[in-house]
Amino acid sequence: MRVTVDSERCVGAGQCALNAPEVFDQDEDGIVVLLVREPREADAEGVRAAGDLCPSGSVTVHED
Amino acid sequence: MTTSTDPTVVGFPRRTPEEPLPLSQYASHREQNGLVLSHLPNGVPIWLVTRHEDVRAVLTHPKISANPDNEGFPNVGETMGVPKQDQIPGWFVGLDSPEHDRFRKVLIPEFTVRRVRELRPAIERTVDERIDAMLAAGDHADLISEFALPVPSLVISSLLGVPPADRDFFESRTRTLVAIRTSTDEERATATRELLRYINRLIAIKEKWPGDDLISRLLATGQLTSVELSGVLLLLLIAGHETTANNIGLGVVTLLGNRQWIGNERLVEELLRLHSVADMVALRVAVDDVEIAGQLIRKGEGIVPLLAAANHDTEVFGCPHAFDPERSERRHVAFGYGVHQCLGQNLVRVEMEIAYRKLFERIPTLELAVPLDELAFKYDGILFGLHELPVRW
Repeated sequence: MRVTVDSERCVGAGQCALNAPEVFDQDEDGIVVLLVREPREADAEGVRAAGDLCPSGSVTVHED
Repeated sequence: MTTSTDPTVVGFPRRTPEEPLPLSQYASHREQNGLVLSHLPNGVPIWLVTRHEDVRAVLTHPKISANPDNEGFPNVGETMGVPKQDQIPGWFVGLDSPEHDRFRKVLIPEFTVRRVRELRPAIERTVDERIDAMLAAGDHADLISEFALPVPSLVISSLLGVPPADRDFFESRTRTLVAIRTSTDEERATATRELLRYINRLIAIKEKWPGDDLISRLLATGQLTSVELSGVLLLLLIAGHETTANNIGLGVVTLLGNRQWIGNERLVEELLRLHSVADMVALRVAVDDVEIAGQLIRKGEGIVPLLAAANHDTEVFGCPHAFDPERSERRHVAFGYGVHQCLGQNLVRVEMEIAYRKLFERIPTLELAVPLDELAFKYDGILFGLHELPVRW
C-alpha cells in the first residue's frame, strides 16, 4: 500500500489525521501532511478510511 | 448525453411523528433513478438526490454551485425558519471555489484535529458545570435548554472570545435565532441585526486589545476585512449551535435505549449517521447541463442532495435504520461532502463525545420523564432535532 496526497486540493477537514494519525498530520494551516508513504499493515484500515472520507479527494490510496 | 426515463415527481420529504428516522420513502426513490423531482414548500421545483454515491457526486461536481446568486438556486425562504443571510459578506457557505477557499483557508487552523484536542479540557469543564447546575436545581430538567444548547453555546462563545459579562446578551439573541418554533421571522431578523452589531463591536475591541481568542487571531492574519469577519463570525455562531444541540439531544434519546454502547469509541460517528440532522441543508444549483446517475439536470435547476437518504442507503450501510456503532462502514455524509464539508466537524465530535460520557457517568439514573412517543421533535424545521427533552434522575 502506498499513499499520495495533493495538498493543493486539501480543505483541512482533518479526516485523515483523525483516522490514521500515524500516517497523516495537519500542518499549522490545517493542510494535510503525509508522514509515511508506505503505511504498515496495522495502519491499513485507518488509511483506507482516510482515503474514502477525504471530502476533497486530496488523499489517494494505492493498493499496490 | 444519455437520459433515463421521465423522473417521478414526489412530495417534499418531511419526517413525521410516525417516521422520525429518515423516511422509508427514500428507499423507493433510491430504487428508481436515485433522482426524483419534487417541490420546495414554497413551490420551487428541485431534484432530490437520494443515493450515497450520487450525493457525493453532486457535492463535488464542478458545475454544481452552492452560490444562491445563481439563477434557479432553490432558496428555501422564510418558511423553513432560517433567516436569509446570503448577502452577508463572509457568509462563505454560499460561495464557490476559489472565493470560498479564501475564507476556508483562514479558518481551517482554528478547527484542526490538534486545535480541537487542545480545547478538550475547556469543553470538559463546560460540560461538568452544566451537569452541576442541573443536579443542583433538582431531580429533573429539560435536557435541551439546560444542556444540549448551552454546551455548544458556551464553547463557541469562549472560542470566539465573548467576554463573560456579555454572555447573557449574546446567548439570548442566539437563542431567539435558533428557537425556530417559538420565535417569529421578524424576531429572528432583529436578533440577527443585534448580533451583527454586537459582533462588530467585539471586533473593534479585539482590534484594540487582542486576546487569546479566534477573533484576535483572525484579525492578526489580516486576510479578512472587518465586514467579512463579522459575516464569518455570525456563520460560525449559527452553524455551531443548533446542529450540535440537535445531535446531542437525539443522541441522548438513542443512548437511553441502548446503554450497552455507552463508551464505545465509534458511538458518535454512528449517531451522526443515524440521525443525519441536516438532511436537506446542502442546497445546490446546476450552473451548466450536468448528468448525475444518468439523469440530465439542466442549467438553472435546483438540486437537494439528501444527506439522511445517503446515510441510510442500503447499498452502503447494512440495516441502515439500526443503531450499530460496530458497523464497519464509516462513509457517512452527515457533515456534507466536498469543499463545503462542515468546518467545525471535529469540534462537534469532541463536544458530543464528552457530553455523552459525562452525562451518563455522572447521572447514571438518567431517564426520560415522558413516554418516548410524547417527545417534541422538530418536524417542520430545516434541521431535525428535539424542541424539548424532559428527563429525570
